[in-house]
Formats: sequence, C-alpha cells, structure tokens
Amino acid sequence: MSPQKLFEITDQPLSLDDVARRVNHPNCGAITTFAGVVRGVTATDSGERNTDFLDYEAYVEMAESMLAQIGDEIKQRWPKVEAVSILHRVGRCDIGEPSVVIAVSTPHRGDGCFEACRYGIERLKAIVPIWKKENWSDGEVWVEGPRQPELDITKQPEDATG
Amino acid sequence: MHVTVRLFASLRDAAGWSQKQIEIDEGTTIGDLLARLQDEVFGDARSGRPVYAAVNHTYADPSVALTDGDEVALFPPVSGGSHHETAAPGHL
Repeated sequence: MSPQKLFEITDQPLSLDDVARRVNHPNCGAITTFAGVVRGVTATDSGERNTDFLDYEAYVEMAESMLAQIGDEIKQRWPKVEAVSILHRVGRCDIGEPSVVIAVSTPHRGDGCFEACRYGIERLKAIVPIWKKENWSDGEVWVEGPRQPELDITKQPEDATG
Repeated sequence: MHVTVRLFASLRDAAGWSQKQIEIDEGTTIGDLLARLQDEVFGDARSGRPVYAAVNHTYADPSVALTDGDEVALFPPVSGGSHHETAAPGHL
C-alpha cells in the first residue's frame, strides 16, 4: 500500500480522523486538528444571508505544491513539529461539510501544534490557489479573498517596493 | 514562441476559456501579457481589480520575462477555506 499524501486537493468528502491518521507518529503525543466547515448563515451589515452550498475550484498542481510549502514553513517556525497534513475539497460542498482539514503532530502539546494549525489555515487562505463560488437559491458569485499586495501584479507604481 | 495560459475562477468566466496556447514575442513579460489579455479578452471585467500570476506553479512578479513553453496562470485573489471575513457583494 502506498503511503497517503500529506497535501492533497480532492473531490472526496474529508474526515478529521483521516487527516489525523496521516500525521500520527510513534514519537508524537499530541495531534491538533482544524476543520473549516461550510456555513449556512452569514451575518452581514444588512442582516443574515443564507448560503445553499459552495463550489470550490483549485489550480490543483500549484495548490498541492503551495500546501507542501506551508508544511515546510511550519516546520521552520516550529522545529518540533513531526508532521503536517492539509487536505482541501474541490467541487460542491454542502452546508456543514468540511471543505478543509488540517492536522499537526508534535511530541508534546507545548511544542507548537496549536499555533502551527492556526498558521496553516491563515496561510492557506492567503496564498493557496483555490476559489469558492457561493450559491444561493437565486444567484451565485465568486468570492474573492482579501488582496495580498505582494501578489497583485496590477499594483500601482506607488505600491511597489524599491 | 508559445506559452500556455491558464485562467481560473472569475477570470476564466470573463474570458470564456480556461487554457490556451498563446504566441508571444521574445522578452514579453507577465505584465505585458496581462495588458494584452485585458485588451483582447477581459475587457472591463477585470478593470481595476487585482490579478495574481504564477509561472510554472510559482507566484511571479509582472516584470518576469516569459520563456518558450512556460505555463502562465492568471487568477483573482484566492478564497480557499470555509468562510470569508467580509460578506461578498450582493447577488448577481
């Protein structure tokens, strides 16, 4: 049996047990996990808005390599981290389903597993090429994340460094 | 020379295609290619809105010169994860 991938874009349902198993190691007494779950109701300035489902698209080859880069960044920041796994769904995700799961294992709970898990989801949302289309009963729209100035190639000369 | 251009999410929708071989001149930069696509393909759809670029799966600056056979991807700010901090604008 070939070992499971640690960084994967998949159209299959995600499970926290699965991602935790991928980082389990005899040296490790601590595993933290995070699940990002599709939310059905979002509070906005103009009241609550209901989402029917989300549709995810990824630039799969680049997304998997950026997830692995985040794993490397985590190990540099928290050298005691034994393993990191990040799995992201593509295609239709219904309310309550996880669209992303992350697991980090360390020898002890004080070795950075909580912080590393948080870092993983924040970096994913900033740099991994995945997009979601939000669908309501009467429409749909691509959700664009916050602009990262260093990645925007349309930046004006005054944004440029140097 | 030729590069493969790949578009994602709202840029793909605006163009009506996801992948194309495009002939470019020697020395063409990513910024040059985007300007050309803004004129020929996107029109006003992306006017004033951010675009990210990657060459061969790595983020790249607009000044990077392309070489024959490169895979150039253009896409809007990424939005992975389960939710966003600020709600999207109204329905289309």
